[in-house]
Order: sequence, then C-alpha cells, then structure tokens
Amino acid sequence: MNRAHISRHISSQFNTELQGLYGHVMTMGALVQEQISNAMTALVSGDVALAEGVVTSDYRINALEVRVDDEIAQIIARRQPAATDLRFIIAIAKTTTDLERMGDEAERIGQMAVRLGPAPGQPSRRFAEITRMGQNVAQQVAGALRALDMLDTQLAARVVREDLSVDREFEALLRELVTHMMEDPRSIPRVLNVMWAARSLERIGDRARNICEYVIYIVKGKDMRHTSLEDLEREAGSRD
Amino acid sequence: MRESQSTLTSMASALFEDNTRAVRSMTDEDIALCVRDLNLFYGDTQALKSINMDIPVARVTAFIGPSGCGKSTLLRCFNRMNDLVDSCRISGEISLHGVDIYGRGTDVAELRRRIGMVFQKPNPFPKSIYENVAYGLRLQGVKDRRVLDEVVERSLKAVALWDEVKDRLNSNAFGLSGGQQQRLVIGRAIAIEPEVILLDEPTSALDPISTAKIEELINELKNKYTILIVTHNMQQAARVSDYTAYMYLGEMVELDDTIKMFTNPSEKATEDYITGRYG
Repeated sequence: MNRAHISRHISSQFNTELQGLYGHVMTMGALVQEQISNAMTALVSGDVALAEGVVTSDYRINALEVRVDDEIAQIIARRQPAATDLRFIIAIAKTTTDLERMGDEAERIGQMAVRLGPAPGQPSRRFAEITRMGQNVAQQVAGALRALDMLDTQLAARVVREDLSVDREFEALLRELVTHMMEDPRSIPRVLNVMWAARSLERIGDRARNICEYVIYIVKGKDMRHTSLEDLEREAGSRD
Repeated sequence: MRESQSTLTSMASALFEDNTRAVRSMTDEDIALCVRDLNLFYGDTQALKSINMDIPVARVTAFIGPSGCGKSTLLRCFNRMNDLVDSCRISGEISLHGVDIYGRGTDVAELRRRIGMVFQKPNPFPKSIYENVAYGLRLQGVKDRRVLDEVVERSLKAVALWDEVKDRLNSNAFGLSGGQQQRLVIGRAIAIEPEVILLDEPTSALDPISTAKIEELINELKNKYTILIVTHNMQQAARVSDYTAYMYLGEMVELDDTIKMFTNPSEKATEDYITGRYG
C-alpha cells in the first residue's frame, strides 16, 4: 500500500477529506520539528528571545490538534470508514495526540532555556552531549513523519530501532550530568535544567516511535504496541 | 484485599474472552450448512462458480457484493428456490447438518419448513394477522385452537410485534406498516420452527427505525436460529453479522469473521469494495 491508495475512493469528496487530514497532520509535524529545532538552538546558544518564541508558539500545534480531531469526528459520522480507511483514521487521531505532546516537550525545553538565561561565552561540554542527542531525536521525528507520509513500514522499523540508541544516549548523558553535580554542587540548579531538557528529548523520541508503530498498523493491520523490536521488524518487512 | 484483587483479575481476563468462534477453527458440530464445489447456470450463463463455504450454526452470516454477484442466487440455493427456474442447472453439493439437500430423497416442502425465507418486500398473505402466522401450522394439519393461539402469541412476541397487534389479531395484515409487515413475515417464518432463516435484503424497503427493529430482532433470533442475510448495506452487515462473505462475479472472494473483514480484510478486492474504492 502507498499513499495514493488513500485517494482511490469512488467518492472524490471522501478523497479530499482524507487528503486534507493528511495535510494537516504533516503541517503539525513540520511545526513540531521547527519547535524542537528552535528549542535546542535556544538552549545551547542561550538565546532567550528564541526560547520565549518557542514557548509562545506552542498554541499553533494545539490548535491543529483540535482541528484534526474535529475533522476526524466528521469523517466517522459521515463515512463510517472501514478497513484501511478505519485504521488510517484511528492512526491519525493517535498521531495528533503524540505530535501535540511532542510540542509540549519542545515548549518545556524552551522553558528550561529561558530559565538557564543567556549563555556566558562558549557552550560548555555538557551542551555538546545534549546537542548530539537533540540532533538524533530530530532525525528520528523527521524519519517517523516521512514514514507516515510515504506509508513506509521499513523506514518506520528503522526509526524504532534508532529509538533504542537515543534511550542509551539519554542514560549516558544522565550519568555524566550526575557526575557534574557531584563534582560541583553549585552547578546543580543549572544541570538539573539540562537534565529535564534531556528527559523531554527522550520523551519526544518515544513518541516518534509511537508514530512509527501506527504506520505499521495502517499498512499491515497489526497493532505493534508493546511488542518486541524483532516482531515489529518482522511485520514491517513482511509482504502486503 | 486479596479477594478484591482476584475479582479484578478475573474481570480483566473476562475482557479478553471471545464467544464467537473464528470461522477458521469451526468443527463439524458448529456447521449448519456446508457448500461444496457449487456451480449454478442460468441457461449458458454461469451465476455461481465453484462455491465452497461452511455456515456456522446459530450465528448470523452476511453476504455482501455488488448487484449481480450471485449472493441472492446462492441464498436461494439453500431452500431450493432455484428449482422453480426452468433454465437453472446446479452441480455440487449443499448439505444441512450433513444431509445433502439436493439428494434424491429430499422432501422439498419439508426442506423449506426447516429453512425459512424472508424477502425484500414484505409479503403477508391477504388474511388476518392471526391467520398469517397460523398459516404454516394449518398447512401441517394443526387444528387445535389452543395450540394455534399459543404459537401465534409466541411467534409475534419473538418478533416484538405482539404488543402492537394483540388487540387486532383479526385485522387484515395489509393494514400494518411496512416495518410491522416485515416483522410479521419473519414471525410467520419462525412459527413453524425452522432451523435456518434466509433473509434476502430484509430492510431495503424499510425506514431506519423499522430497520433498527429488524436488526435488533436478528440479534435476538440468532441464539436460536442460523441466520443468513443478503444485504446491500455494508454497515448493516457490519452491525448484525458474525461472519461476512464477499462475493463478486459469482465467486466467493472472501469469507471471514465480520470484524476481520471490516478492519483488515485479506483480499484487496474485498477492501476495495467495502471502502468504496475503484477496483
């Protein structure tokens, strides 16, 4: 199955409605990516204005979530979707929830950046670690959205696998931050903020993973939540 | 504390119990009707092509598919209504609880008592409500008024019509609304205690409220009778049936549990049909 399958209904109106839904979710995804990227830049560079911008922009994502949910309710009422259409609509409804939460996490990172204030001089070493984690998570989100856009189960499975390495990165970062705090107790308030930011990144990665699971659900009809990575990869690679 | 926990555990596990049996795992006792390699021709035209299926007992099986796909023709095979069509030829086998209904010794009148049928348009006889329901029993020679009264009341109650008509049992059946007439006809069918009920688009001439009543009735009757329903309304098939068969151009494309058919059908042709896509 590919994306074109979604618009092969006899009813062109139904096709338009589903494409509209797809468009809104992709816009939501693009906004979330922008928010994550801005939040990370603000955190690392100490750009308080940019961080405040992230905090005040979250409403756009929330508004889209409400809009998409409303359209979904209308489609269910009018069309009584079945089979792929039904799975697609369920998956989109869940995806918007995950995207909205990702937006909240980005906002949280923005708040940490505001609290940390302008960076004195060069970014410190601990920011190098979280910068790398941020890049990996951003890539994961981009991959999940592309998998949804193309209904590409193989790509979805790869992104899920990447989530494991992000989780490991997060744990390594935590250990390092704890060492910082023990070495220099005065740094605790600052380091805690970095820690919370890392925690938010890790949560964003988990939600990107969720979206990948929905992609497999749409295409294969199998619910991959709470299953092993091996099962998920096998299902993703199976023939339609 | 421990006790309440175990109650909770058993409640939670009850959530995962499933009382409909997957169509793939049925045994012989679960099967009412068995179709093997059924072919049907009207003259030179082949209307059914090598149909194989098992129809589970005391469940609702729905037949869906575009006009002319053969679903009504197949339904009519089960009580040999196609015998009445001159040009019709049939090969293959249909058995009811293991007995071939096209076998030599079959008493067709008896077969049609065991397998009742209801059509798209309600077709009550031009008689009273009472006589419509009592008709089958009278044909069988039942004269005892007490028995007749009892069966009429039981049948009309079973189709949820009793309260609406008990004060005018002797009025002409044509005075009933379309929905009431359809329930009356179903009542007439079950008065003679069939094993199987064939419903050929039973609600396509009815308004939504009457349709809902018939669907509710189907749901109640399925505990006692094996029900086969042909419908053009896919949501109706999804609502009332346990199993759904999708037919196209005289072939059985897919037969599976209704939930599976409407969430994740195996065949692309089924998917295209139920989601309204171009093939």
